[in-house]
Amino acid sequence: MKFGVVVFPGTWSDRDCGWVVDQVLGAELTYLWHRDTDLKGCDCVILPGGFAYGDYLRTGAIARFAPVMEQIGEFADRGGLVWGICNGFQVLCEAGLLPGALIRNASLEFRCEWTNLLVERTDLPFTSQCAERDVIRVPIAHGEGSYFADPATLSRLEQRGQVVFRYCGSDGRVVPGANPNGSLHNIAGIVNARGNVLGMMPHPERCSEAELGGTDGLKLFRSVADNALKVLVS
Amino acid sequence: MDERRLREVALTPDEYRVIVEQLKRAPNEVELGMLGVLWSEHCSYKSSKALLRRLPSTGPAVLQGPGENAGAVSIGEGWAVVFKIESHNHPSAIEPYQGAATGVGGIIRDVIAMGARPIALLDSLRFGPLPESGRHFEGVVAGIGGYGNCMGIPTVGGEIYFEDCYANNPLVNAMCVGLVRTDQLMRARAEGVGNSILLVGADTGRDGIHGASFASVELDENSSERRPAVQVGNPFLEKCLLEACMDLSHTDAVVAIQDLGAAGLTSAVAECAGRVDGAGARIDVGRVPRRERGMTPYDVMLSESQERMLVVVQRGREREVESIFHAWDLTSAVIGEVTDDGQLTVFDSRDQVARLPVRLLTDGAPMRRLVGVAPEPPLDLVVDALPPLADAGATLLRLLASPNLSSRRGVFRRYDHMVGDATVVPPGGDAAMLRVKGTRLGLAMTADCNARYCHLDPHLGAQLAVAEAARNIIATGARPIAVTDCLNLANPDRPEVYWELEETVAGLSYACRAMELPIVSGNVSLYNDSNGESAIYPTPVVGMVGVIDDYAKRVGAGFRADGDFVLLIGSSHNDLGGSEYLKVEHGYVAGRPPSLDLAREQAVNRVVLAAAQSGYLHSAHDCAEGGMLVALAECSLLGSVGVRCPAIRPESPLRLDAAFFGESPSRYVVSVPSRAMPEMQSLARRHHVELSLLGLTGGDTLEFEGQFKLSLGELRQAWEAMLS
Repeated sequence: MKFGVVVFPGTWSDRDCGWVVDQVLGAELTYLWHRDTDLKGCDCVILPGGFAYGDYLRTGAIARFAPVMEQIGEFADRGGLVWGICNGFQVLCEAGLLPGALIRNASLEFRCEWTNLLVERTDLPFTSQCAERDVIRVPIAHGEGSYFADPATLSRLEQRGQVVFRYCGSDGRVVPGANPNGSLHNIAGIVNARGNVLGMMPHPERCSEAELGGTDGLKLFRSVADNALKVLVS
Repeated sequence: MDERRLREVALTPDEYRVIVEQLKRAPNEVELGMLGVLWSEHCSYKSSKALLRRLPSTGPAVLQGPGENAGAVSIGEGWAVVFKIESHNHPSAIEPYQGAATGVGGIIRDVIAMGARPIALLDSLRFGPLPESGRHFEGVVAGIGGYGNCMGIPTVGGEIYFEDCYANNPLVNAMCVGLVRTDQLMRARAEGVGNSILLVGADTGRDGIHGASFASVELDENSSERRPAVQVGNPFLEKCLLEACMDLSHTDAVVAIQDLGAAGLTSAVAECAGRVDGAGARIDVGRVPRRERGMTPYDVMLSESQERMLVVVQRGREREVESIFHAWDLTSAVIGEVTDDGQLTVFDSRDQVARLPVRLLTDGAPMRRLVGVAPEPPLDLVVDALPPLADAGATLLRLLASPNLSSRRGVFRRYDHMVGDATVVPPGGDAAMLRVKGTRLGLAMTADCNARYCHLDPHLGAQLAVAEAARNIIATGARPIAVTDCLNLANPDRPEVYWELEETVAGLSYACRAMELPIVSGNVSLYNDSNGESAIYPTPVVGMVGVIDDYAKRVGAGFRADGDFVLLIGSSHNDLGGSEYLKVEHGYVAGRPPSLDLAREQAVNRVVLAAAQSGYLHSAHDCAEGGMLVALAECSLLGSVGVRCPAIRPESPLRLDAAFFGESPSRYVVSVPSRAMPEMQSLARRHHVELSLLGLTGGDTLEFEGQFKLSLGELRQAWEAMLS
C-alpha cells in the first residue's frame, strides 16, 4: 500500500499527512511534486491542506492547473483512491472531481477547533473502519470551508448518499449549532458517485495520535490501508 | 547640512558631525540614508545598548546569545531551540493588518536565518479599550492569522491586554520558536573573501523605505502619512522561501543566511560583514531584482520589502544554491561579494555610489547618555480603606467577564494552532507545549508581562514578568531554560521614561540571574507615545522556553477527574496593589505590585516540578491576574469539572478579598488524586512551602459552602462573552 502526498507551493499539511502515513500507520510514502507528471505507482493520492499557490485568487483555482492534477484526474477516472483534505477538498472541487464549492465561513473568520462528525457511509474504502453512524472527533482549520452547491446538485448528493461526513453534536445529532462554518446540510465531506474520490474539510492527520487530542483520524487512514488493495484499479 | 534633510533621515546635527569627522568628508545622499537607518534607535540601540549589556546572556546550554538573528539553546538529543521576540508596534498602529502580518513574517525569517525550521508562533498584544480600539484589535488579530495560518506555522500562545495607555500606541510583539540540529545551526557571518552574496526571495520595491527611522520617533497626527513606510506581506512567498532555506541544508555551499528586516539591504549586508573582523562587502544595486522601474540606489539600499534573505555562498558554487531557490520559483541574484577591506561599497553597475566603513554603520552611532529621574510615586493604596468584599460570586463573574481576564478562545481559534502535528498542550492554559518529533522531548513556551505592575514599579514589575513566565512553563511540568525579551517603552528622552528603562533592565537582570535564565535574544521598542503624551506603561514582554524530558508527563491547566484534591501551593498575602480586582471592582490602578521573594518562588517551583515529574499532578495552573479564585474558575472551565470547597475564613491579617482575588505571586492551583496527598504534603514540607486544601473536584458548579455557588454554565457565559 503506497500513499502519495501532493506538494504544491504553499501546501503545509504534506508533512503532517506524511508523518501519519509513515510514522503512525507504517505504510509506504512518497511525495508528489506539483510538477510531477507521474504518480510513482501510488495506490492512494492525498491532496493535503495549505494555501496552494497562496490561494490569493480563489482556493484551489490555480492548483487545478498544476501538471500533477492531470495525472490525478486520470487516476481517479481509473478508480484510483484520491483523498482531498481541507485545501485538497477545495482543489478537487475546482478541478471538477467533486461537485460544489467551498466558500468563506459564515463567520467570515478562520476557525481552528475540534468538531464532531457523523459518519454516514461506512462502505467506502476511506471509512470502512468506522462503526455505522459513528461520531468521530476531528479538528478543522480553515477560512473557506463552507460547503455550497446548487439545490439540484445538493439533492442529487443526498439521494445518492454521497455525503460522508456531517458536522454534528457529540451525541450525533445534526444541528445548526454544531455547524462551524455555515456549510449547507452541515456537510463536512463528500465522495464522488463511484466512491473513490473523497473530499473533507476536517483534518484527520491532526488526530491520529492520542497526544494530539484524539485518534479518530487514524480510523480513516487504516480504512484506506486495509481496503485499497480490494479496490479494482482498472 | 540642511537640518530638514537630517530630520528626514532621523540624524541629529551632532551625529552628522561625527559622521563627517569619521569619514573625513561629507557623506553623499545614499550614504546619509544608509547611516540614517542604521543609526536609528531601532537598529543602533543607541539609548539602550549600555543598559542591555547588564542582562545575563550566558549559560552552559546557550549556543548563541544576542547579536545574531535569534538566540539558540541546546535542549538535548542533538537538538537546539532557536527563538526570538520582536516588536512591530509603530506599523501596527497605522496599518494594523499589514503591521502585524509583517511583524510575524519578520520574526519567522530571523529563525530561518539560523538554519532552524520555525515550529511555533506567539504574540503578545496590547490595545486600548474596546470598542474604541476595535480597528487595531481586529486588524492585528486578522493580520497575525492571515500570515501565520498561510505559513503553516501554528500560533500557540501569547497574551492580550486592554488598557487606556495603549489606545494610540498598540503593541504587537511576535515571537517565533524553531528547531535545528545543533550541528546545522547557522550564523550570519560574512566569512571568506570572494564568497558571493545572493539576494533571494521577493523582488525589491519602494515599500518600507525609512521604516526603521519611522519606528524610532513618536507617532503624531501626521503619522498616517507614513503609511508608505509600512510594508506589505506576502506569506505565500515566505512559505516558499522557508522551504527553500530548509532545502539549503542539503548543500554545504552556504556560508551564512541573513534576514532582511528593518533597514533592508543596508542593514543585512552591514550586519553580516560586521560580525567578522575586518570583513567588508562590495555590492551592485544594479543586480538587485526590482518590482518597479525608476528606483534609485537610495531606494534599493533602504527598501524594506518583505520576504527577502541574503545568502552568502562559497565562490563557484552559486548555481548549486540558486537551483534550490529556482525549484521553489523564487528569484535569486548574485549581487556582490565578501571583501576584506572593512568597507561596505555600493555600486550602481560601474559607478560607485557609496563607500562606508562597516564599523561606522554598525557600531558608529554615538551612544546617547540619557538621564533617568524617578517620577512621582504612583497613587498609594490603603488596603484597610477598601470596603469588605460583598459578594464573592458576583465579583468573580465580573472579573471573568472583564477584558483582561476573559477567555481568549475567540482569538486563538482564529489562528491555526495545530498544524505541524506537534501541539501537545494547546493554547488556553498556561504555556503551550510542542513535542519534538522523533524524541520524547517537549518544548513549553509562553510570553508574559503584567504592565500594570511595571507602571507601578518597573523594577519589581519586570521581576514579576520573569517569575510569571517561569510559572507558566512550570505549570506544564517543563523546566524553564531561557528567555527572549521585548522591551516596549515610551520616549526615553523624557527622564522618567529613561528611569523606567533603567529599572526595567535592572529588574529583568536581577530575576533572570536569580533564576539562572539567560536572555539569548530580544528587541527594544522605544518612542511608544504620541504627540508627546499618552505614554504607554513600560511593557517588558518576557518570552520563555522550557523543556520536559518526556512530554507524556506534561500537565494541563484544566481539572481532569472527579474526586481529586484541589490544593493551593504557596502563601497568600494582602496583595491587592495593581490587581484586576482593584481595577474592575474599585475602578483604579494604585498601590505597589505584589512583593516577590525569588527564593520562595524557586522553592514553590521545585515542589510543582517534582510533583509533575513524579506524576502526582492531574492539573496545575498558576495564580496570576484575578488571584486564586479566577485561577480556580479557569481550572474548572478548562476541564469542565466543577469544584466544591468549604468556606474560606482567612486568618488575620489576610483579608477575604485578598484571599480570593489578591495576586500574590509564587502560587499554583493544582489537583491531585487522593492517594498522592501524603507525597504532596511531604514535598511541601521538605521545601518549606505552604500547602492548603481548597476543596474537591466534581459536579458542575464552583462552590464555596455558605459563600457562593455558581454553575459552570454561568461562569462560562461570563468568561466567553467578551471575545467570542
